[in-house]
Amino acid sequence: MDGVVGTRPHLVWAVNIAAAILVILWTIPTFGLLVSSFRDRDQIAASGWWRAPLASEQTGFVRAGTAPDQVQEGDLWVISGTVLEGGQSLNAWGIRTREPSAYQPGVTVDLPEGRTLTVAADGAYRLTSPTAFTETRGMRIFVTTLTPPRFTTDNYVRVIGAEGLGQAFLNTFTVTIPATVIPILIAAFAAYALAWMEFPGRALLIAAVVGLLVVPLQLALIPLLKLHNDIGLGKGYMGIWLAHTGFGLPLAIYLLRNYMVGLPREIIESARVDGATEFQIFRRIILPLSFPALASFAIFQFLWVWNDLLVATVFLGNSSEQLVMTGVLRELMGSRGGDWEILAASAFLSISVPLVVFFAMQKYLVRGLLAGSVKGG
Amino acid sequence: MEQLGFAAGTIVAGVFTCVAWFWGSNIVLDAVYPPRGPKAGVNILRAGAIRPWLFLGPAILLLSVYLVYPVINSAWRSLHNSDGSEWVGLGNYFWLMQDTKFHESLFNNLLWLVTVPALATLFGLISAQITDRIKWGNTGKSLIFMPMAISFVGAGVIWKFIYDYRGEGLDQIGLLNAIVTAFGGTPQTWLVLPFWNSFFLMAVLIWIQTGFAMVILSAALRGIPEETIEAAILDGASPWQVFMKIKVPQIWGTIAVVWTTITITVLKVFDIVFVMTNGEWGTQVLANLMYNWMFRGAPDYGRGSAIAIVIMLLVTPIMIWNIRNARKESR
Repeated sequence: MDGVVGTRPHLVWAVNIAAAILVILWTIPTFGLLVSSFRDRDQIAASGWWRAPLASEQTGFVRAGTAPDQVQEGDLWVISGTVLEGGQSLNAWGIRTREPSAYQPGVTVDLPEGRTLTVAADGAYRLTSPTAFTETRGMRIFVTTLTPPRFTTDNYVRVIGAEGLGQAFLNTFTVTIPATVIPILIAAFAAYALAWMEFPGRALLIAAVVGLLVVPLQLALIPLLKLHNDIGLGKGYMGIWLAHTGFGLPLAIYLLRNYMVGLPREIIESARVDGATEFQIFRRIILPLSFPALASFAIFQFLWVWNDLLVATVFLGNSSEQLVMTGVLRELMGSRGGDWEILAASAFLSISVPLVVFFAMQKYLVRGLLAGSVKGG
Repeated sequence: MEQLGFAAGTIVAGVFTCVAWFWGSNIVLDAVYPPRGPKAGVNILRAGAIRPWLFLGPAILLLSVYLVYPVINSAWRSLHNSDGSEWVGLGNYFWLMQDTKFHESLFNNLLWLVTVPALATLFGLISAQITDRIKWGNTGKSLIFMPMAISFVGAGVIWKFIYDYRGEGLDQIGLLNAIVTAFGGTPQTWLVLPFWNSFFLMAVLIWIQTGFAMVILSAALRGIPEETIEAAILDGASPWQVFMKIKVPQIWGTIAVVWTTITITVLKVFDIVFVMTNGEWGTQVLANLMYNWMFRGAPDYGRGSAIAIVIMLLVTPIMIWNIRNARKESR
């Protein structure tokens, strides 16, 4: 496939640039949130995340020391200290709200009553007076500072503990793992029967499975919730495992059957001739050979269950011990809509596991998509 | 931790039960119809007729309870009043027809239906074509494909941050408003903007689905026979002509599959609207409207089910098309 435009250098460039633009467009939203999750609240509010690697300029004020801090030097009373915190540098300073950056560092300013104030470039200030200070509240020094880029993991610590993401992480795992493993087993047997056993009604069943692939989940919520309540299952893990198993089965059966049909007939026939039972054929031949398809479905189901919000909200309940990560994230979006440091860290925590699975097992995911491109999410 | 133990226990119990069923039922079957002795032939035939159903049993049971039964039950509920105690015939559907919120949802769903599959497929096709012919194409593909792994809720957070709004004159921290103000525009509250806000929600789904379209279309593009392309180039076709007139017509079938698959996703779209606007400011869609009727305030299962059935009816043509395609392939 190379060589069609590959022979023309300017086209190669155009293609490369177009690809780069697409990739940047598609990754930048996630990247922005990732960067933000490592910035603290003030930084997020003060500047866009794309400025994170740059030093940020901030204007604020610090209070000078008060009467107890003064020392006498000759006939002057002096209060000294620094206006900067670690790593910052001073751009300008001032003494009035109106002109917070009136003076350059190093300048000495005369204040009323013979007092003077000097703020040096390293942030050290020196307030002098011919008479003793009596203030109990320090005067305000306005400073425009340059803060170097700074990243923190505090947000993560906070959301895992206080915001309940840690518990939700456990809950999500508890929901996801059985809901991924159990449908695979059930579907594998069914798929084998549909692929390699002759019986009346087979074509009809296959058609039914294809049809069920697209049934909207929304339909199932109320009837199943009522059913679970009637049979005493109520809201809980057992219910959600069963629900996810049921909802995942059509895709599982469809994917696995498509794959199993493609396995070489001779192997299965000769095993039958050798007197192997169907169960033996399934366990010794079909199951090991179908590993790629099993892996594909496992990834689909894992991503789907992990990312699901609707089924979890309906079948698991909404108390804080029961919420899965998507549920917590949704609650946070409602209650802490503007606290981006919380939202960013929480969102990243919740998508981290799927992303790891995605990048590690992409090969199988693509293969599964190509095999069963009927259902997509 | 206790909870993970419970989950691990369930996996073990579940796996054990499954294996016990499949293995045990086969042993019972062989005991009842032993494949030896005087009636071996008849027995093998009989066992062969029963065995598929043993293999299929659990799957059929689960599918019936969790997918078939709800469809029937919802249809039944949609013909009854709010708690299912009284038959109202088509009352709920008549009510839907004159409900303005339903009109709004239907209209928005149609907008989504027109926009999202088209753009996702288009971007997918473009990125498939582009990434197939550069050295770092696979890395590029991975990155464009990545949003597939992100939940709709996570994507909601990611995009809400992009659409974030600060008052005029303040430093914009949302990327979109920052770009707009950098070019001298006024910042907007994108998610509240009448009519257009739906499109800002659609962007999220397009962003997620493009990777899916790309992966499938890329495989289809690679499957095109080389000769057709070479012949076209020898005849002096430009790369653009090769793409539009030689390649695209040969992958129409795949484009249709991608298109319909995304269409199904769009019809069921819920989470994105649910977490980003909750259907306010004119962005309501059917699935979220249904959720509102079923779980908010005083639930009305009749009306909620009626909306669910409407979604089901919208999906049905695609379902039939899929079944016909699948049968054609298996022949």
